[in-house]
Amino acid sequence: MNSGLTERVLAVLETVSDPEIPVLSVIDLGIIRSVSVSEADHSIHIDLSPTYSGCPAMDTIEADIRSALTSAGFGSIHVRTVLEPAWTTDWMSESGKRKLEAYGIAPPEKRSGDKRALFGKAPEVRCPLCKSTRTTRLSAFGSTPCKALYRCDECLEPFDAFKCI
Amino acid sequence: MEFSPDLRTQHLLHLADNALILGQRLSEWCGHGPVLEQDIAIINTALDQIGQARMLYQHAGKGMNPALDEDQLAFFRTENQFLNFTMLELPNGDWAQTLVRQFFFDTYNYLQYERLTESSDPALRAIAGKALKEIGYHAQFSAEWVIRMGDGTEESHKRAQDAVDRLWPYTGEFFESDGFSAEAAVRRAAPLPSDLQPHWEEKVDAVLVEAGLKKPVLQWFQTGGRKGQHTEHMGYILAELQFLPRLHPEAQW
Repeated sequence: MNSGLTERVLAVLETVSDPEIPVLSVIDLGIIRSVSVSEADHSIHIDLSPTYSGCPAMDTIEADIRSALTSAGFGSIHVRTVLEPAWTTDWMSESGKRKLEAYGIAPPEKRSGDKRALFGKAPEVRCPLCKSTRTTRLSAFGSTPCKALYRCDECLEPFDAFKCI
Repeated sequence: MEFSPDLRTQHLLHLADNALILGQRLSEWCGHGPVLEQDIAIINTALDQIGQARMLYQHAGKGMNPALDEDQLAFFRTENQFLNFTMLELPNGDWAQTLVRQFFFDTYNYLQYERLTESSDPALRAIAGKALKEIGYHAQFSAEWVIRMGDGTEESHKRAQDAVDRLWPYTGEFFESDGFSAEAAVRRAAPLPSDLQPHWEEKVDAVLVEAGLKKPVLQWFQTGGRKGQHTEHMGYILAELQFLPRLHPEAQW
């Protein structure tokens, strides 16, 4: 393992953003499960975990990763999709959560999808604008597979919230 | 095409076909939902289903000899080669019929995928771990709607009860045993469908009671989907799904 090269790869990955949520890098999102650089031929192996199985952004993200690494001078890039363990919003970085809130999207709660699935109650969600917790879920689903739609009952603004899975 | 998959492949195709056909049906709601939020919700559900179908087709196709890809499996099989439940190919009807169907199937699917996360097939186990989170979310949404409609206005209650009565005969297929599901159970790749029935009934009964809806008393159930025998609606759904790739088989986006 060449740690200097791995760090350079990670630095490039920090510049690749989620096409739907441009403030988040793929590192913030927690979808990069491992990065290794081969000692022998400097080929790069990246394990990528999809957020949602039908998420149309995944193909774009993979293409963006290849193109960013190619532009940075790396060759022989292997991206592998790994399903297990399944991605969870717990893997989102703390700085990613702060960036999300500043961008106007309520970040996911710490605790991810649990066994209350069949009859669960919605978690408390804080308005990213006025920070009130007096909010109402308008729809369990939102503009992308990873989000739900909320309204703040204090400042009355509607906003997206990251689903906890 | 010539097609005689082994039992293991049939089991994976059954799971994939359920996801694809329901996803295709639900996607018809795009632009037609009762309000924008619910339009988005049902289309998100369709997207999850189609994503799950893709992973399952990829897994099934890799194990075949010769190997087939997801597009060949989805677009170039004929009606009697699809092994999905007949309930999932029925027209959407109104919002009540769509959501009652979703509730019956989501509840079954949640219980099934919960067990698939312990499958002896590592790839299926990984897919199930991913899918279960999505299915849990769907199941919560559809159960909430059944309660909301059943315990809502006179009109919504009537429509929800009509949907329950109309769809109930199609729920028997969930728990039937056949060659591929028995074989999957022996391999410990999947639960025996009949093992899921008491758990399904417990969940469904609880939601129907809360919704104030009556559970039909019925002795006769629809059958056939697991054997590739479908309702008259299946041909039309495949015609819409498949015509473009069949007309332009090598087309690239």
